[in-house]
Amino acid sequence: MKTYQCIVCGYIYDEAQGWPQDGIAAGTKWEDVPDTWACPDCGVGKADFEMVEI
Amino acid sequence: MSEPVVIVGAGLAGYNLARELRKADADVSIVVVSGCGAGFYSKPMLSNALASGKTAVTLVMKSAERMAEELRARVLPRTRVTLVDASAQTLTLDSGEVLRYRDLVLAVGADPIRLPLQGDAADSVLSVNDLDDFASFAQALDASPAGRPVQRVVILGGGLIGCEFANDLLARGVVPTVVDVADRVLARLLPAEASALLQARLEGAGAHFKLGVGAVSVSHTASGLSLTLSDGSTLQADLVVSAVGLKPRTSLAAQAGAAAGRGVQVNYLLATSVPHMHALGDCAEVDGQWLPYVMPLMQQARALAATLAGKPTPVAYPVMPVVVKTPAWPTVVCPPPADAAGQWVVTSSDDALEARFVSASSSELSEQLLGFALQGKAVSQRQALVAQMPAPLA
Repeated sequence: MKTYQCIVCGYIYDEAQGWPQDGIAAGTKWEDVPDTWACPDCGVGKADFEMVEI
Repeated sequence: MSEPVVIVGAGLAGYNLARELRKADADVSIVVVSGCGAGFYSKPMLSNALASGKTAVTLVMKSAERMAEELRARVLPRTRVTLVDASAQTLTLDSGEVLRYRDLVLAVGADPIRLPLQGDAADSVLSVNDLDDFASFAQALDASPAGRPVQRVVILGGGLIGCEFANDLLARGVVPTVVDVADRVLARLLPAEASALLQARLEGAGAHFKLGVGAVSVSHTASGLSLTLSDGSTLQADLVVSAVGLKPRTSLAAQAGAAAGRGVQVNYLLATSVPHMHALGDCAEVDGQWLPYVMPLMQQARALAATLAGKPTPVAYPVMPVVVKTPAWPTVVCPPPADAAGQWVVTSSDDALEARFVSASSSELSEQLLGFALQGKAVSQRQALVAQMPAPLA
């Protein structure tokens, strides 16, 4: 399980936690997060490269 | 080859606009002028950098050179604009260079508000508003004027940034004391019950609060600094940080003849009152609304990029909750509009608080959710409540 950080706002996506609020189950790998998903804190898209592995 | 789009400011607003514009228009010439080092960093991370072990160096995700390469833009760090001639569409830099522009974008941000403090150490009060400030702050934490690591930090301002810094300093083993003239923390954003819980959780983690009092003076003592408060009491500190709010930078716009109120005044197209001059981010008020948060800024950057690429696009905001980065008591707030009529309805338990601001209405059926605050475990309800909110601006 890895974590990814939004470089715009600092939001951290933790694969172990997922983001159930948006229907992304715990354990969802980053590559399996839909491309349409947006950062919950700042709204940038996954496709915009904004997440970096930390 | 047409003249460039010149963006003044290399913070989140300036760089995200540049990125969006480059995506929308592969050919337009872009120049980014920055008074700072122009490294790309996330300003929201300044207030949780200590806990995450970041330094002023590691906060920079991309250097100015790398940004220039990626954006295929000319990036001018440590450069200031001395004059804008809106009729000639030129600006003069402190290097002496005169730049012509097709469109000018002001993304210059905001200055920290400084309290008028008395005392011989008033000048030593730090504000942390950009990366250079953070470097000074981090350096001061490592060695106070008294020559030993800082243990006591007073934070002036119990708003969002003040509380975030208080929480972050706890990670360093520092005892923070938050001072505010308001009688509760985040008084402008949260209902009273939520303010009280946030304060209690931060206190439980080791922070102190002096509320309902203002700071009057800061003076040097043999062992550090001494603050005198408006009730006559004193506080001893090694370092004082001010986080009492921001004031949009409007002087460049004003010099160029653009209308400014609290911020640079722009319409939904992010256009100022002067042709070919735009503004976004913390320096701008959009149709009278000043929203110094990341999510509105990103919406503005996308809309303005489309407009500058030839497709006029008014900014449209979704529901935009504000996250307060206080791990001691996670908080998300979506404040109701300032003129909203209604009341907070609060339910709380040991590990969660949910506050709903609902419209004043005689009928429960027509009751509308106009704002909310969620804390502790209830922050997981954010998306559910967002879905119940009307869009603030369509």
